[in-house]
Amino acid sequence: MNARQHPPGPVGASTVDATVDPTVDPVGASLVQVRDQATLVAAEGIGKSFAGRSILSGVDLTVNRGEIVTLIGLNGSGKSTLARILLGLLSADTGRVWRAAHLRHGYVPQSITMDPAMPLTIQRFLTLGGAVAGAELDAILAEVGLAGRRAAQMAQLSGGELHRVLLARALLRRPDFLVLDEPMSGVDVAGQAQLYQLIETIRDTYDCGVLLISHDLHVVMAATDRVICLNHHVCCTGRPESIVGEPEFRALFGAAVADRLALYHHHHDHGHDPDGGVVPLHDEHGHDHDGHGGDGDDGGHGEGHVHA
Amino acid sequence: MLEDFMLRALLGGLGVAGVAGPLGCFVIWRRMVYFGAALAHSALLGVALGLVLGWPADLGIAVLCLAMALGFLALDRGGLVASDTLLGILAHASLALGLLALALMEGLRVDLMSYLFGDILALGNGDLAVIYGLMILVLGILLVYWRPLLSTTVDQDLARVEGVATGRMKLLFTLLMAVVIAVGMKVVGILMVISLLIIPAATARRLAAGPEGMAVAAVLCGAIAVILGLAGSYWWDLPAGAAIVAAAAGGFLLSLAVPRRAVHVS
Repeated sequence: MNARQHPPGPVGASTVDATVDPTVDPVGASLVQVRDQATLVAAEGIGKSFAGRSILSGVDLTVNRGEIVTLIGLNGSGKSTLARILLGLLSADTGRVWRAAHLRHGYVPQSITMDPAMPLTIQRFLTLGGAVAGAELDAILAEVGLAGRRAAQMAQLSGGELHRVLLARALLRRPDFLVLDEPMSGVDVAGQAQLYQLIETIRDTYDCGVLLISHDLHVVMAATDRVICLNHHVCCTGRPESIVGEPEFRALFGAAVADRLALYHHHHDHGHDPDGGVVPLHDEHGHDHDGHGGDGDDGGHGEGHVHA
Repeated sequence: MLEDFMLRALLGGLGVAGVAGPLGCFVIWRRMVYFGAALAHSALLGVALGLVLGWPADLGIAVLCLAMALGFLALDRGGLVASDTLLGILAHASLALGLLALALMEGLRVDLMSYLFGDILALGNGDLAVIYGLMILVLGILLVYWRPLLSTTVDQDLARVEGVATGRMKLLFTLLMAVVIAVGMKVVGILMVISLLIIPAATARRLAAGPEGMAVAAVLCGAIAVILGLAGSYWWDLPAGAAIVAAAAGGFLLSLAVPRRAVHVS
């Protein structure tokens, strides 16, 4: 699985220095400290071309245990290619990828190539990667909101249901590093909030690092730990509320998206901040992971309505 | 009592149906119908190759089918033309070359009709041994690699993330296909061998709830088609290969009457 493994030191160091610009993201300082224990995947100087066309160049990226990183970029910006390189599905032309020892990948692709001519129940699909005990299967299906659907045919699932099945298959591997490619596509806003809540829960239960890929910074993703804006190279990186102020981000996605997100943030602070007030987000950067764990009740309360 | 040649035809046909069923399911799932047909078309060139090198025709066919498959994979990666265009060119160019090669061989008379349309009634004991030997080999390989093959077929990326050597699985599948086409040709010939793979499998699709059930049902559908086709050939003097394929197609039509949601436990 882990095709190439390098000692964590030099790659991690240069990756963190390069991707986290201190002027954008004060979290950078803490990342450097936790790097050795927490880094799951680190990519350095990744470049990839297809048929002479450069898709990625000089991309650095790190994903740590317990964090949700959103990789955002327009269609064709190289997001999926980068994810496939991180997963080892594709080899980079230049640069290198470091993976923590015995790293278990979980991959939730946008869709699968399965032909509808194959009769396949959810249960059989989930056991394609290896035998699974019946109780575990039920537990995983309940976790992703598909309890009692074991015998349903894959070909008859809706897009959202298919996503949940794919998520279940990834979770069965007890992943350390979970990659979700466009999980929010085709899901309505209420569903997005629900799905995002699910992803946060998964991050907490499995203690894994999550990489979300998206072509649009959905409002629910404002709760993501770090956003990496990709346009063949890393344009900017930082917390969602700081990245929307970046000129490169605004140039790519337009001021409307950025402002919608900023607006959402105001509500989000009220809902999640234990102090209740509008606290400037920069103040809590140093402990954003702790903050998430601590205000779990608050978060559950705030978004409880979407569970109905 | 059945005459000997009919008994051999029945045994040979059932043997081929036994292996064509599961493999045909993969051909359908992987959308490789045209690929299989192209391989079959190149078989005549394989016959010529076997004659030139003094090999048995089966070996020449299997080797050439495999070479064609690998050649296609290499050319397809280049992305010069669309895959189906490339397959069409390879299929008919190799059929033409095979006809030319056989025509140019002096002093050899090859029964073209038996290669193009099959000659199941002429199967000898040696043919039966080849059919059953290869059938056991192919089924054994399918059993051993069933899960990784299935996983690769459902989604290659997911299979790779889960540690399946998907490239090796694709190569293995191509190899199995070349072998089964070489064997199936004896029964229904170059032009119809792919139908022996896909029609029973397509019929089985409507009767099964899982991939394993579909594979077993495809074997049964193929076996019934062989029995009916041979019976038609015996009683009404029909060409056996064509009768088998027609029976299979009739079974497919009947299966359309089965409601889509009918789920058999399998």
